[in-house]
Amino acid sequence: MASHPLLSMQAIDKRFGVVPALRASFLEVEEGEVMALIGENGAGKSTMIKVLNGFCQKDAGEITFDGRPWQAASPQEAQRNGISTIFQEINLIPFRTITENIYLGRELKHRGGFLAWRRMHEGARRLLEAFGVDIDVGAPLGQFSTAIQQMVAIARAISFEAKLVIMDESTSSLDEQEVQVLFQTIRRLKAQGVAVVFVSHKLDELYAVCDRVTVMRDGKTVAVASMAEMDKLRLVATMLGRDLAEVRRQGATAFSEAARPPGAELLSVDSIAVSPKVKEASVSVRAGEIVGLAGLLGSGRTETARAIFGAEPHQAGRISFEGKPQHFADPRQAIAAGLGFCSEDRKHEGIIPRMSVRENMTLALLPALARSGIVNEREQRRIVLRFIKDIGIKCASAEQPIRELSGGNQQKVLLARWLCMNPKLLILDEPTRGIDVGATSEIQKLVRRLANDGLGVLMISSEIEEILEGADRIFILRDGRTVGQMSRADASEATLMAAMAHGSGDAAPHGGEH
Amino acid sequence: MKRAHVSGAGIGVTLALLFLIIVGGWRYDGFLSSYNILTVLRYNSMFALVSLGMCFVIMTGGIDLSVGSVAAMTSVVSAYLSPYGLLPGLLGGVAAGLCAGALSGFIIVKLRILPFIATLAVMLAASGVGLLLADNQSVAVSYDSSFTSLGQGSLLESFQPDWVGGDNANWLGTALSLFFNFPTPAWLALVAYVVATVLLNWRPFGRHVLAVGGGEEASRLMGLPTDRTVFLVYLMSGGLAGLAGVILASQFGAGQPIEGVGWELFAIASVVVGGTLLSGGRGSVLATLAGVMLLGLIFTILNFENGMGWISLSAYWQSVIRGAFLLVVVMLQSKLARPITA
Repeated sequence: MASHPLLSMQAIDKRFGVVPALRASFLEVEEGEVMALIGENGAGKSTMIKVLNGFCQKDAGEITFDGRPWQAASPQEAQRNGISTIFQEINLIPFRTITENIYLGRELKHRGGFLAWRRMHEGARRLLEAFGVDIDVGAPLGQFSTAIQQMVAIARAISFEAKLVIMDESTSSLDEQEVQVLFQTIRRLKAQGVAVVFVSHKLDELYAVCDRVTVMRDGKTVAVASMAEMDKLRLVATMLGRDLAEVRRQGATAFSEAARPPGAELLSVDSIAVSPKVKEASVSVRAGEIVGLAGLLGSGRTETARAIFGAEPHQAGRISFEGKPQHFADPRQAIAAGLGFCSEDRKHEGIIPRMSVRENMTLALLPALARSGIVNEREQRRIVLRFIKDIGIKCASAEQPIRELSGGNQQKVLLARWLCMNPKLLILDEPTRGIDVGATSEIQKLVRRLANDGLGVLMISSEIEEILEGADRIFILRDGRTVGQMSRADASEATLMAAMAHGSGDAAPHGGEH
Repeated sequence: MKRAHVSGAGIGVTLALLFLIIVGGWRYDGFLSSYNILTVLRYNSMFALVSLGMCFVIMTGGIDLSVGSVAAMTSVVSAYLSPYGLLPGLLGGVAAGLCAGALSGFIIVKLRILPFIATLAVMLAASGVGLLLADNQSVAVSYDSSFTSLGQGSLLESFQPDWVGGDNANWLGTALSLFFNFPTPAWLALVAYVVATVLLNWRPFGRHVLAVGGGEEASRLMGLPTDRTVFLVYLMSGGLAGLAGVILASQFGAGQPIEGVGWELFAIASVVVGGTLLSGGRGSVLATLAGVMLLGLIFTILNFENGMGWISLSAYWQSVIRGAFLLVVVMLQSKLARPITA
């Protein structure tokens, strides 16, 4: 008898209302195989996963798993029957201990039904040790970094003894080292015969850990190939449905348009300290320049940016903006001076989900639009429509609630929110996190265009590629200190990584010893 | 080491409670007399029960506005049943409370109505049912059955040996007399709190309550029985309010359809003073008990203060002072508790 794949999804149809999300798409995963599932936002990969793990039900098609027809009414049922999903958003409970977050729902009990705390703590500790994480499992989860929380989520999923683990963007909040630990875990799972469906927008990761790839576009499965047969450009081209030659011309990121020579110094940050993480951070940005702020997770990038913007007080050091010393007490002052800040946490610090695109875009602008307290709606509408057109926001209308937009388009609205205030300096914290390849390149293109128009940009990114290709200059932070500065010409993946990890940047350190 | 993570919940309220007890004992004669202690315990056990239910509800991130009028309604129900004996009165009242709780739970879980609205509706309905049943009057309970012993009696009184008590008793004598004269409603409250503590810390249900309050969607995705947990919490709150209503009728000798006004706010205040997060996810049963005692003692202290004759504060002042205490303790609490970022 021929060996059957562990999972086989065939001819899956799914509609949401009248909109078809999946059209005769398929996915097959072998035992112990790591299958990449990629596609742009809206390509149908999330729907495919949801159909599989019981989050929603398919309209048509057939699924077999482990030799039997598969039907899960809920993610829980799927989990009990061998398919565990690690969702993109960390779905754990910050107030509860790590042990609880791992054991909730299937607590270990003494005879008589009382919780066996000691055995659970022990089990949780052992599970996490296998990931190289050694922490106090009795502490509330919320005290730990996002990366640790992600590890706990993975530990929880794996502890169900799943035959198939779905990882939906599990690495988006992990730094390089942690990603490596995750990859080791994936390899260990693979060795045990556990299959993994790995969803990621980061192509490098796919090549590092996946055996095969399934590409989806417009609700259909458009390609299945082994990773070895599929080079990166072909992969991008397949995903976007574009001509291979065209992608080759444009490069992997969309920053490639030539940079103009930068103008006068706009922002200068000299050895600021922001408790508790930032000890001595220095950065400078000139008009028309994109400056990258690189560093591992926890190196204090976001905190530095927030301090510049006045969202967090700094305890030492100087900040000057446009040549004048400044000490913004709150973001209002920073905004008034001409700064803008796009937070990395779009969902919580950026969008207001129920409000329309128009309202979201003009929130910060309202005071300027209002005369004696009445908002000039005609002007507001004009601005909104201009930006929708200008930066290509895909929405049904300006009145569409922003939560209905894709991540990329939400991000564009947030960019527009700042751009309509005519800022001089824009701080972008992870501008393309969780955004698909197509939208990412549009946003990168837009940022370069803005810089060429004279805007100073300070960009934080965990994507080495984005920093390398996007930034004119790069500052490297490690453990809260600026440990190096590189120009675009000097920087390579190797030098940048070395500087981020060991603080041995080739270029001159800050502070002007040179 | 493991206990190092007990958050500040309960520290503030315990300190404030100790402060009041010490000040009261130092300032007023008879404040720490067994008579006074027992009276305070007897009177406040109703509130302790209602607050316990509220504590669980709030830990799930909900609220139960109906507890006061449910207690009023069940006091009427149990008063009507009191001629048949203690047990029928007790069970009838509790059953009526469970019905109200089940109704709240059903509306919240199945009809997906916000707890505030759902329990507001049940509050109005229960209040109406109480008034209808009682025909807008208080309903005298039967003194022929043993029904009143529930609210007025002391469970172990009859076991008290002759040598215990007396006016010149030493501390041991006082302790034993407290034990044998411990009011029946206070026993009920004590048992309820012990059971609830075990439930919260050593049974999956308690963990699920906190998990649901800490993140309902996350709990659902983890496969926890979120709907069942939420339903049970309101059922429990209704049952405890029912029990409080039975004690009310038994203690004051009548079913009181217009009593219970503002009980829900007292309960919410006790829970919050005890450091339980109003948004859910974190809380403590014992700190809630301390919260009840704290707010209850303020009333007693006011009486003692008036009794000294220096000042004369009307009962209305107790609300003002309770409010002030609530604020102070909550501020104290947030200073002491280590913040946990969500």
